[in-house]
Amino acid sequence: MVMTGAQIVIETLLEHGVDTIFGYPGGSVIHIYDELYKRRNELRHYTTCHEQGAVHAADGYARVTGKPGIVFATSGPGATNLVTGIANAYLDSSPVIAITGNVPTNLLGRDSFQEVDISGITMPITKHNYIVKDIRALADTIHEAFSIACSGRPGPVLIDITKDVQTGTTEYEPSNRPAMHAASPKKLVNIGEKEFEEAARLIQEAERPYIYCGGGVVLSNASEELLAFAEHIDAPIGLSLMGLSAVPYSHPRFLGMVGMHGRYGAIKILHESDLVIAVGTRFSDRAIGNTKEFLRNRKILQIDIDPAEVGKNIEVTLGLYGDAKAVLAALTSRTPPLRHEAWSRVVEDMKAHPDNNLEMDPARFTPQAIIDAVCRRMGDHVVATDVGQHQMWTSQYYRFKKPRTFITSGGLGTMGFGMGAAIGACIGSGKQRTVLFTSDGSFHMNMNEMATAVSNNLPLVVVLLNNNALGMVRQWQTLFFNGRYSHTTLDRTTDYVKLAEAFGAQGYRAKTIEEFERCLDRAFHVQSPVLIECSIDCDARVLPMIPPGGSINDIILK
Amino acid sequence: MQRNQCIVSLLVSNHAGVLTRISSLFARRSFNIESLTVGVTQDPSLSRMTIVSWGDEYLRAQIVKQLHKLVDVKKVQLMDQDKIVVRELMMVKIKLEDGGLPEVMQAINAYRANVVDLSPSSIAVEIAGEPTKLNAFLHFLSKYEIVEMCRTGPTALGRGSYCLENES
Repeated sequence: MVMTGAQIVIETLLEHGVDTIFGYPGGSVIHIYDELYKRRNELRHYTTCHEQGAVHAADGYARVTGKPGIVFATSGPGATNLVTGIANAYLDSSPVIAITGNVPTNLLGRDSFQEVDISGITMPITKHNYIVKDIRALADTIHEAFSIACSGRPGPVLIDITKDVQTGTTEYEPSNRPAMHAASPKKLVNIGEKEFEEAARLIQEAERPYIYCGGGVVLSNASEELLAFAEHIDAPIGLSLMGLSAVPYSHPRFLGMVGMHGRYGAIKILHESDLVIAVGTRFSDRAIGNTKEFLRNRKILQIDIDPAEVGKNIEVTLGLYGDAKAVLAALTSRTPPLRHEAWSRVVEDMKAHPDNNLEMDPARFTPQAIIDAVCRRMGDHVVATDVGQHQMWTSQYYRFKKPRTFITSGGLGTMGFGMGAAIGACIGSGKQRTVLFTSDGSFHMNMNEMATAVSNNLPLVVVLLNNNALGMVRQWQTLFFNGRYSHTTLDRTTDYVKLAEAFGAQGYRAKTIEEFERCLDRAFHVQSPVLIECSIDCDARVLPMIPPGGSINDIILK
Repeated sequence: MQRNQCIVSLLVSNHAGVLTRISSLFARRSFNIESLTVGVTQDPSLSRMTIVSWGDEYLRAQIVKQLHKLVDVKKVQLMDQDKIVVRELMMVKIKLEDGGLPEVMQAINAYRANVVDLSPSSIAVEIAGEPTKLNAFLHFLSKYEIVEMCRTGPTALGRGSYCLENES
């Protein structure tokens, strides 16, 4: 069948089972949007207010569904506005496929109107990218992009398509191909008998094993295998920020988050272990702190689908390259059931240790009380965050029940991620009620997307923790800069209630926990966006805290 | 030869932008590039690269693993330097003083170099061989005025059954 390039774009997306696209139209993608118009019954397109919102939405959608998130943008500024979101998806291994238009091939390289070398710009922040200048390569390129984004360790792929390729024609026959998902089960990767024996020996020899997991466990849907393995070898579990939601908060094996703002018991027990079994984590500096202390007196067995991660940030005793789900299942079947009674007692005692207690003052309107009030109403719906103190409090206090229900910017730490991501996550979850925890700092970055949430009537509750400051930077300035609050006191005069109403959403304000509970009750009864501003103390801190490069010995508890 | 020097051979897709991907990877991961050569192979869809780099065991392993992640890199191998032939090409133009030609010609013959251009005031020479041989020749030429010179950087090929495709 003879098709235009723009038709091929839409046909190939449909072949891969795509039904949702986020994006922003423009001159260099107008032909693709024209095809989208013709196929609007099959493909739902969400127009955001800014391309950054669209790419974060595609990212949030991908994290919730396990399917690739698709984003369209025009050439030049449309494409460059995607950059932060693509980098964000890259650092958190999220399968995002960005399709950008570019000027016609004969105008490339001439600094034409809205021309930018987006494939050059995104080279270091994509798993792979393309510029398509020949229509005959278009269909294969798109198919390959899906395969790359979803296979192995997922990641973003960008396809830049020149305008003449969109308008040109060629022969193309769409076919029924199986939809490819990042979450689909993957085979065991080249681990031989020798490696399995060595791993089994390490596990059996350990007296104090500890399982430490990252986002890879969520990406590979390995929660069940993880819990079975932990039970089988009798080991506690600590999670990195990206690993949160992989195991239920209340699970007896779960000790909490590990890292700079991790839970005391989770970090302390890790430091007393003699074997860390690390699954789907890159040992980020924020999670590990001082690498020498981290490695002291313990062996490390690292499992990752990306061989380059094994031994990259810390030296490991043994590395197994493979999909977390498959490797964990294989290790369970290849080791005898183990019991570590003395170790279990140490672990249980630690749970009751006073320093492991995260309770905030119950008499005050604290972040913990706010998060707890949301949690009690939410069931297992999706929670998204922006970046900063509120993000850390959410990671500490929110009681996640189900994998893929915590959408946060881990690796890049992108303030402004929340609004777009929450919109994408809400749509990805079938428009179930979604809560975004954000703050005055982060919200001001991309609050324009409130309009997108309103246009699409999304049941999104934005809980905005307003401390009139850039709280996390302020906390560092308090602790490490003698209280010199350089440019972090915001004191914006924004009236969030009026602002929400101006967008067409509902806006509430809470100054006490009782007021907040009432606001939440009302918010959970409407099926459209609501913003609740919560005034909190600007000196509320995220604790515990291990200073950058420090260890458990440097932990700040009060 | 520099300590910890390594030679990495790669088979990569032969299309635009691949060189940028590889050099950009080296730059952003703080890997060193001492030299890089590239040329098309018997299969026109593939190019072969030889990269000379240096670093400890950790860096050498990371170089190979990170290169392996690039979609355009089809094969990558840290070459065993005892099993390869390494060659480099250099061209040097030196200023000719009156009566200086015979001495230069002697050196050219001793090093098995070739004259590629001769003018009344200069002589240009090509020499191929192991980088150490090129260095020695260059050292000899240091008594003359070098007008300009260029080196390709080493390129490497495995001996016998030691190939990029077959690591045995």
